[in-house]
Amino acid sequence: MAFEMTPRFSSKDAVVCRGVGKTWAAGTKRAHEALRDIDLDIKPGEFVVFLGPSGCGKSTLLYLIAGLEDATEGRIWSFSEEVETPSPERSLIFQETSLFPWLTVWQNVSFGLSIRGASQEERRSVAAEALQRVGLIAAMDKRPDELSGGMRQRVAVARALAMRPKVLLMDEPFAALDVQTRARMQEFLLDVWRDSGASVLFVTHHIDEAVALADRVVVFTSRPGRIKTIVPVDLPRPRNLFSREAEAMRIQLTELLRDEVDRAFAEQEAFAVPA
Amino acid sequence: MAVVTRDGDTATAAGASRPAAASRPMASRLFASRLFSSMAGLDLLARIWWTCLSISLFAGLWEFCWAMGWADPKLLPPPHIFLGNIAEQGKFFNTATRWQVGSSMTEGPSAFESVLITAGATTARVFVGLVLASVLAIGVGVLVRYHRVFDRLVLPTITLLSPVSPIAWLPVAIFLFGIGNAPAIFMVVVALFFHMVLATINQIDGVNGNLINVARTMGASKPQIYARVIVPAILPGMLAVLRLNLFGAWMVVLVAESTGVGYGIGQVIMLARNTFNPSLVFFTIAIIGVLGFVFDWLLRIAQRRILYWLPDTTERLRGL
Repeated sequence: MAFEMTPRFSSKDAVVCRGVGKTWAAGTKRAHEALRDIDLDIKPGEFVVFLGPSGCGKSTLLYLIAGLEDATEGRIWSFSEEVETPSPERSLIFQETSLFPWLTVWQNVSFGLSIRGASQEERRSVAAEALQRVGLIAAMDKRPDELSGGMRQRVAVARALAMRPKVLLMDEPFAALDVQTRARMQEFLLDVWRDSGASVLFVTHHIDEAVALADRVVVFTSRPGRIKTIVPVDLPRPRNLFSREAEAMRIQLTELLRDEVDRAFAEQEAFAVPA
Repeated sequence: MAVVTRDGDTATAAGASRPAAASRPMASRLFASRLFSSMAGLDLLARIWWTCLSISLFAGLWEFCWAMGWADPKLLPPPHIFLGNIAEQGKFFNTATRWQVGSSMTEGPSAFESVLITAGATTARVFVGLVLASVLAIGVGVLVRYHRVFDRLVLPTITLLSPVSPIAWLPVAIFLFGIGNAPAIFMVVVALFFHMVLATINQIDGVNGNLINVARTMGASKPQIYARVIVPAILPGMLAVLRLNLFGAWMVVLVAESTGVGYGIGQVIMLARNTFNPSLVFFTIAIIGVLGFVFDWLLRIAQRRILYWLPDTTERLRGL
């Protein structure tokens, strides 16, 4: 084992990846490598955006960090503990609605507590507090199908916050929302992030979103996903997204991504045309 | 879990989607809710009206064929003939006592009573069989996905047995249970069980992976995920499967009753066949149809009450 000698990493870091790789359906004919050689350190309270072309494995990395999937190579630690199973400390928020349709909003938010066998009053008060933070206290007793897409995602955020996570993992959470709602949700997320003090790992393929949110942007190559480069975003918050610096940032990221998208396209074409 | 009626639901949902309604005075909102409930009543009336119309159209066509002389009343007696002499036909339902020693056609329950007894017995067999089959099938289906070893041990056999026609099980039912209620119920269970297991597994495999992942990240154990996520998530599909299998149960129970059981609608059909009595055949078919219809209607009501969270898509389809 290469990792008998534990590599050095700052144990206080929220997430540490060393040599992480993932091959889906490993050992079969359908095996394909999604991720290769990921080394990454994420500090507590940091907002990191994973940016890359579709299908580059950035969501896979999120799932690995969440502990929902096992890495085929390398190791992942979170706050100096190795990630082996999912944990309430690392909450995951999905692109599509992942609310339980048969539960009311507050029951959804307090689902994690009911798993632990908390009392009804405790659950309701924790849910109320979390919903207060996302501005949806009025919708407490509604069911998910009575809410709009943006409201549902806010409930999903409230549900994650109710677990008091140290790391928030977000898999293109606003991708299904319209542009205006998305901008509002980004501001909302930044508020939540500031209040909670959690690290946020945010997957997107939108350059605008990356520039609006990130402390650092991790740019991925196309398949198999590797880290192409990590770009710090040194714009003061609250950010003026129309400033020249923001524009320069967007141009830089666009250039970085273009090569990868071109490469992915060429690969797909080669795939489509039988040799 | 709160059970909410559908009508209340749509009323609140409609209120929520129109913020202007919330600001209106109380009285007008009350009026709106009353309007909604009366509309629900109208809706029901309309549905009954259409059901009657549908049946009368069918019966009318039949009567027309009879009136034109195309349908021989001896072979295809139209509704007014086979429903006209209910009292006469009802006597034949007295199979319940005929096999008892010392009873004759003229003794025992009246014609009307025998119809009720016979239909009730068959309905009870369908009901018990359906409940047993679904409980067993959902249990086994969940176990198959829950324990991999159980899956490997049991699933091949279940798949192997599921294409076997219930007719093939009929002798087995009689070998095992002789004559009475047991073989008929056994037939219903065996006809539905295997398909329902496969349907359950199919439903479990179709559960949205995100819901399971959410529960996992919140620290839910495997039993908790099954009990709190997978079972509620498959309920809608399972109730749909149950409704389809309800008709299957009605079909099978007749086969079972026609041979192995002392009395029941299946026996009456056999009697009608053996005595060349088309009127009795159609009268019995009418009874089966009505019973199946009522059963289905009750199940639909139960479905709506249990699945309070499902949106109603009929409106959307109507708009196409």
